[in-house]
Amino acid sequence: MSKEPVAVIGVGQTKHVAARRDVSIAGLVREAARRALDDAELTWADIDAVVIGKAPDFFEGVMMPELYLADALGAVGKPMMRVHTAGSVGGSTALVAASLVAARVHGTVLTLAFEKQSESNAMWGLSLPIPFQQPLLAGAGGFFAPHVRAYMRRSGAPDTVGSLVAYKNRRNALKNPYAHLHEHDITLEKVQASPMLWDPIRYSETCPSSDGACAMVLTDRAGAARAPRPAAWMHGGAMRSEPTLFAGKDCVSPRAGRDCAADVYRQAGIADPRRDIDAVEMYVPFSWYEPMWLENLGFAAEGEGWKLTESGVTELDGDLPVDMSGGVLSTNPIGASGMIRFAEAALQVRGLAGEHQVDGARRVLGHAYGGGSQFFAMWLVGAEPPTS
Amino acid sequence: MNREIAVVAFAQTDHRRTSDESSEVEMLMPVLHEVLARTGLKTADIGFTCSGSSDYLAGRAFSFTLALDGVGAWPPISESHVEMDGAWALYEAWVKLQTGDADTALVYSYGKSSPGSVRDVLTRQLDPYYVAPLWPDSVALAALQAQALIDTGRADEPALAAVGARSRADAETNPHAQLRGSVSQGEYLVRPLRTGDCPPIGDGAAAVILAAGERARDLCERPAWIRGIDHRIEAHGIGVRDLTDSPSTRLAAERAGAFERPVDTAELHAPFSSQEIVLREALRLDDGVRVNPSGGALAANPVMAAGLIRIGESAARIHRGESDRALAHATSGPCLQQNLVAVLEGDPR
Amino acid sequence: MSAVLKAPLTVEFPFTRSLGPVQSAFLTGLRERVILGVRTGDGRTLVPPVEYDPVTAEEIRDLVEVAPTGTVTTWAWNHAPRRGQPLATPFAWILVRLDGADTALLHALDAPGPDAVHTGMRVRVRWAGERTGAITDIACFEPYDGERAEPAGHSGEFTDAVTGIVAPARLDYTYSPGRATTGYLHALAGRRMVGERCPSCRKVYVPPRGACPTCGVATAEQVEVGPGGTVTTFCIVNIKAKNLDIEVPYVYAHIALDGADLALHGRIAGIPYDQVRMGLRVEPVWTEGGRYPDHYRPTGEPDTAYDTYKELL
Repeated sequence: MSKEPVAVIGVGQTKHVAARRDVSIAGLVREAARRALDDAELTWADIDAVVIGKAPDFFEGVMMPELYLADALGAVGKPMMRVHTAGSVGGSTALVAASLVAARVHGTVLTLAFEKQSESNAMWGLSLPIPFQQPLLAGAGGFFAPHVRAYMRRSGAPDTVGSLVAYKNRRNALKNPYAHLHEHDITLEKVQASPMLWDPIRYSETCPSSDGACAMVLTDRAGAARAPRPAAWMHGGAMRSEPTLFAGKDCVSPRAGRDCAADVYRQAGIADPRRDIDAVEMYVPFSWYEPMWLENLGFAAEGEGWKLTESGVTELDGDLPVDMSGGVLSTNPIGASGMIRFAEAALQVRGLAGEHQVDGARRVLGHAYGGGSQFFAMWLVGAEPPTS
Repeated sequence: MNREIAVVAFAQTDHRRTSDESSEVEMLMPVLHEVLARTGLKTADIGFTCSGSSDYLAGRAFSFTLALDGVGAWPPISESHVEMDGAWALYEAWVKLQTGDADTALVYSYGKSSPGSVRDVLTRQLDPYYVAPLWPDSVALAALQAQALIDTGRADEPALAAVGARSRADAETNPHAQLRGSVSQGEYLVRPLRTGDCPPIGDGAAAVILAAGERARDLCERPAWIRGIDHRIEAHGIGVRDLTDSPSTRLAAERAGAFERPVDTAELHAPFSSQEIVLREALRLDDGVRVNPSGGALAANPVMAAGLIRIGESAARIHRGESDRALAHATSGPCLQQNLVAVLEGDPR
Repeated sequence: MSAVLKAPLTVEFPFTRSLGPVQSAFLTGLRERVILGVRTGDGRTLVPPVEYDPVTAEEIRDLVEVAPTGTVTTWAWNHAPRRGQPLATPFAWILVRLDGADTALLHALDAPGPDAVHTGMRVRVRWAGERTGAITDIACFEPYDGERAEPAGHSGEFTDAVTGIVAPARLDYTYSPGRATTGYLHALAGRRMVGERCPSCRKVYVPPRGACPTCGVATAEQVEVGPGGTVTTFCIVNIKAKNLDIEVPYVYAHIALDGADLALHGRIAGIPYDQVRMGLRVEPVWTEGGRYPDHYRPTGEPDTAYDTYKELL
């Protein structure tokens, strides 16, 4: 028997900021969930199950916080699951929720991901003083910067490409009322003059630290038929994982990412992603990852991704807009970041992306990754229901 | 959709108070090899992999990424992780198989309670504003539940002791159990619970392989078919719940079809003796049902794996022909906040 | 094989928690010796007040004062208090339904012994001397045989409300790194870099991870590698991390030691940071008492050709 088609009929997120001091953790997730329900014009009683995701529990200092959040998310008496797949978790969480609908286990599922980084300090959570390990570095930037250098060497990309991505994404964020960073006076010169933190990564080419949540309501065909606004239809979705470090790992273009994209394209009937996909919301925590992922996802040949960026193809009005929302570079509540990518893809094909809407977006890819470039989650959503 | 899906292999470690000579992946790897060997499958043959574990238990962020090394995830695999007991990882895998995207799944979970103080670690699960700042440990919360049960007249301290004694006696025949045989009921840990009413603290891992339809029959002589599986959560606050009942267990059991026909065996994830009594009543298990023939969580309680082990033990009894219809239960959260029930059956003999 | 290594690991942080309106009112109330509940749509009063109705999931904001006296609904005698718990002397954990409330609050009861505690007993709040707006502003409860106290009907509005709490949390672990890492560390003590070879794919892992991550089997055969190696890639770190005693700028590099099949991470020194390059040949520099090489320095050998290490990137 074939799978039940999965539709996104509700999307909600908080206004992402450095610190939401006016709400509890429950208040934060509730706000996103409530907005997703409102978008779908549903009530708590319409929800059959809740699937929640976030990154490490140490970030808020609450172990398995879904237990405490059950009441706020209307999950009492219902199934509730908690996913954790590192940075990709927001995407993985949505895919687990989608499976529940696709398998016809449930009709309508609320999925949500969040991080309230202001409760602690991600730097602390990521560098607990594990004995016998040599402390060499703090922060994710230092971890990823050597891979960026390897990409630059491999592709021969000019060293300005990273700043072009940051400049574009921060301008896109100005059109997104939910984005964390709204740098109204941003200029390319400012990005290029910002300090080198982890050479070759500049300050303005890194993501902020945010409090935020994102939620979606997923439903079946019957649920979509009742929905008040257009649905986004899932045409393909996949997760792929490979080990953190291993002999022969391609840290610049990990095979797990390529395989994951290939699986999604196969499901969605995408023969040529560059031609068949209208826009991409990808997980770019450091600006150079845009050209790197463009290659990894098959939008450009190896070593050629930076040319798409440099020639303006990935601009909001370009031929293949990338990170229309402003991306992770403008908003990063870690656990939610993957789901925000998936949600942006859905908003685009629903035609509800507001000022950052891409005209005529019919098929859009949402992408998330995490860990040591090892966990990948992606979905491709379309404006029309899948035909097969 | 309703595909027929079965547990076709199960393995677990010998659960021990400490495993400090092994890292988590070193502890886990043998059970992964064991379930693969039982089925003759290789990692590359597996359609989906899902695991359950806790960073807080391990004392480090992203601890599951290290465990993945034991799987041999190359070429890359379709894989996911829940920050929950492995029973919920099995549920996610079951859903994945129901979609038809995969025909086989590897599920594993592990937990080392020995590095930290698990009683204190679990306080971090509680409402972070009103409750966690008081550091009420897991035994204290279970003791409040036990006293509430005693107050109803449905149990007394000797009845609790009998649960512990029966569990450890049954564990005599379970080579993996940590506590076996005649175990003293001991002193009060938090009254009314004595050491004998509480689970041993220890380390362990478990793995299960699921397969769908004919594939299951190919891989296992007598597959343990999952006839139903469901899980439900209750309100978080223990002061708003009736601690002597488990409505979420009852609802999950109903949804899993547990009440349609009697089961002959039940593996209940009841870390505390009083919780077994609450669960038996919620599940309407009469004296004819063999409860926790493995010894249950009172004989071995590797946190994050103990729920998956209940499903594995139930399935193993069906594989061996010792059960035809078994109920497996897993729990999470303070005082049975969240519960999962699976009903497994063997083909008629 | 030598003894397993162990070391203490303390995970400690003062979490800063913002409260939202309902929790803010409750904790501010405690500071003012006022106990607030919240009324649900169907007229129940929940104490402590939560933000969302556990039954209907509706947001609830209707605050109502309840009495500081109440009835124990269940209890448990804790003869050995643990770190962070409300009292340092033996006490009873209780769930207490305050007069005017429909649900119970978890706290401690100061009583002389378990024989003095029973379900249904009457208790009242003992306030902490210094109150900041936290659940610990209730020092504990104490037995009480007086009249039921009448709440004054506080509105739940406060000037100078508490909007956040700091919740320090400390957990102590004993960390042991396992068999493979222990072997690696023992070899380092003799200033040798010893990896392990996978019996299946024959790749050499340094440091060994216990398992070959691509084959999923234990590695065991020890292989000494280095000391020389090649910088495969690197970054220049310009920001000082709080917990790191390294002067910036410094170079953080991936170094493929000779004989190893993947790079490990280390710091490069003994060369101006802006002259470090991919392909640079380096060797470890040990310092007295250091568990690891302090850093790696150039050997002076010619650079390694890109083609020979590009597979290690």
